[in-house]
Amino acid sequence: MNNNNLIRLENLKKVYKVGETQVNALRGVSYTIKEGDMVAIMGPSGSGKSTLMNIIGCLDKPTEGKYFLEEQEVSTLDKNKLARIRNRKIGFVFQTFNLLARTTALENTELPLIYSNTPAKSAKELAYKVLAEVGLKGRELHKTNQLSGGEQQRVAIARSLINNPSLVLADEPTGNLDSKTGKEIMEIFKKLNEEKKITIILVTHDPDVSAFARKIIYLKDGQIIREEHS
Amino acid sequence: MNIMRTIRVAFRALGRNKMRSFLTALGIIIGVGAVIASKRWEPTSFMSVREANPSEDAVMAEGPSRLSPTTMPKRYRKNVMLCSMCRPRYQEGSGRAQVVYQNKNWNTSVNGVGEHYVEIGNWKVEEGTFFDENMVRSGQKVAVLGSEVNQNLFEGADPIGQIIRIKKIPFRVIGVLESKGEAGGWFNRDDIILVPYTTAQRRLLGITHISSIDVSAVSGSRTEDAMSQIEDLLRIRHKIAPGAEDDFNVRNMSDIAESAAESRDALKILLGGIASVSLLVGGIGIMNIMLVSVTERIREIGIRMSVGAREKDILFQFLTEAIVLSLFGGLLGIGMGVVGSTLISKLAEWQTLVSLWSIIVAFLFSAMVGVFFGFYPARKASKLDPIEALRYE
Repeated sequence: MNNNNLIRLENLKKVYKVGETQVNALRGVSYTIKEGDMVAIMGPSGSGKSTLMNIIGCLDKPTEGKYFLEEQEVSTLDKNKLARIRNRKIGFVFQTFNLLARTTALENTELPLIYSNTPAKSAKELAYKVLAEVGLKGRELHKTNQLSGGEQQRVAIARSLINNPSLVLADEPTGNLDSKTGKEIMEIFKKLNEEKKITIILVTHDPDVSAFARKIIYLKDGQIIREEHS
Repeated sequence: MNIMRTIRVAFRALGRNKMRSFLTALGIIIGVGAVIASKRWEPTSFMSVREANPSEDAVMAEGPSRLSPTTMPKRYRKNVMLCSMCRPRYQEGSGRAQVVYQNKNWNTSVNGVGEHYVEIGNWKVEEGTFFDENMVRSGQKVAVLGSEVNQNLFEGADPIGQIIRIKKIPFRVIGVLESKGEAGGWFNRDDIILVPYTTAQRRLLGITHISSIDVSAVSGSRTEDAMSQIEDLLRIRHKIAPGAEDDFNVRNMSDIAESAAESRDALKILLGGIASVSLLVGGIGIMNIMLVSVTERIREIGIRMSVGAREKDILFQFLTEAIVLSLFGGLLGIGMGVVGSTLISKLAEWQTLVSLWSIIVAFLFSAMVGVFFGFYPARKASKLDPIEALRYE
């Protein structure tokens, strides 16, 4: 593992306005994640972990504080530049898979590439390769509704990997899967982290999931209250 | 995202709801069909006016009912001759009559005309001869048949010199006209019998006036002068007091062309109205269905945004869908317009011209409808917040 900082968070605050009342989702989070790390974020619902996840994933911007991704400040970028960073540097895996319905595994996997103007032929080749890596060889042309939950999550992982990202964010990746399938999915993440040195951030309730991570940070009321090294 | 991919995605999205897409495009189909139909009619009507009236300097004077005895044919003609800028064309008094040859019957239009009718009307005598000035002056019972009448009464036998009966009065056939074909669908120019107008007045109609007179000005630039001379003359002849209204009409061919143009314009306005209303309604339909489509696919939009689609990618995706939808409607509309107006022109026996220009206009117009009505839903889609879109159930 090298010592380069992939993510540096400086006193992140996020305030939502719900009607007249203000909700402080994050109350000053500072943390650093190095390249090649695997970190789990845990905490009860309402602790701010989704908000933190959205900010790290460049889907949202902090109200205050700074966020550096690969030493580039991204907290000040506009929507289009954030979209570009999501496209080039970040892969998402969601609890509900979030695949396009009635679309093949292959096309779902290619999706990020059509927004980076990759030529169709190389996009297809790359998608076949990544789908094979997650164990879906031979299932490439099955449509989403013909795949099991575990297979759908593998497609989602393939999609998150296709742009060769610096960071994969997984939000409750096993939440909709049975424990056996969930374990298989976690093995894939572990393998990606160990063999390909991809930085992985997991958000989860499940101690069995967080056990796969090297570090666990606990969030409560918008603040980091504890950090554990496993 | 490049154009071809965007179009392919649009086709697939529309293909998932084929019936809905078709119904949405229907307004555009009808609108564009009406545009094509209206554009196709325009040159047609124009041509039939031109063809029927080759000479634009012609003046037509009509005195329908109350012609006084002083406007007896001979004097009338003499008076017109006095009018230095006019020369007589042909005099005409006509009506339908039963015509009999041996055991065959035919009901046709019998026209009393002058001896110049053939040259001025651009007719050709196919067999025999036309009547001359003497025959007109003396009111001889001679007749020249249109080709259709010849066909029906004589069925190929030689008609020249034969005696036919018009309203039981015997006429000698002296000539047959060359066929001219049908003019504009409403009357057959070959279904006609020409007799000297003098004979028609005395023997057939029992009248002393003539119903209309065609004159030609000496030159096109003097048409207006000729018309006012004719008006003055007719007022004197009809003994119309100063200030009283004319009991006749004098019109020139450009007036007639104008009134034809007016009715043509009315038709165009009507079709243009149908076209713009249905394009508007069709456009609103597209906007409506695109809004539905955006709502149905909020999750998809969220997914696309999370993997890096920018606002403009989403905007173009939905805009392309709207344009593909309206162009599809436009193409079907062009097809429908061409087929429909060809069918109508076949039934009404009008000539039609294909106007490439109107097809291009219709095509561009339907693309514009797509852009205009597709923009709002597409913009709405592109402004969605990715986090909320991903959570949307």
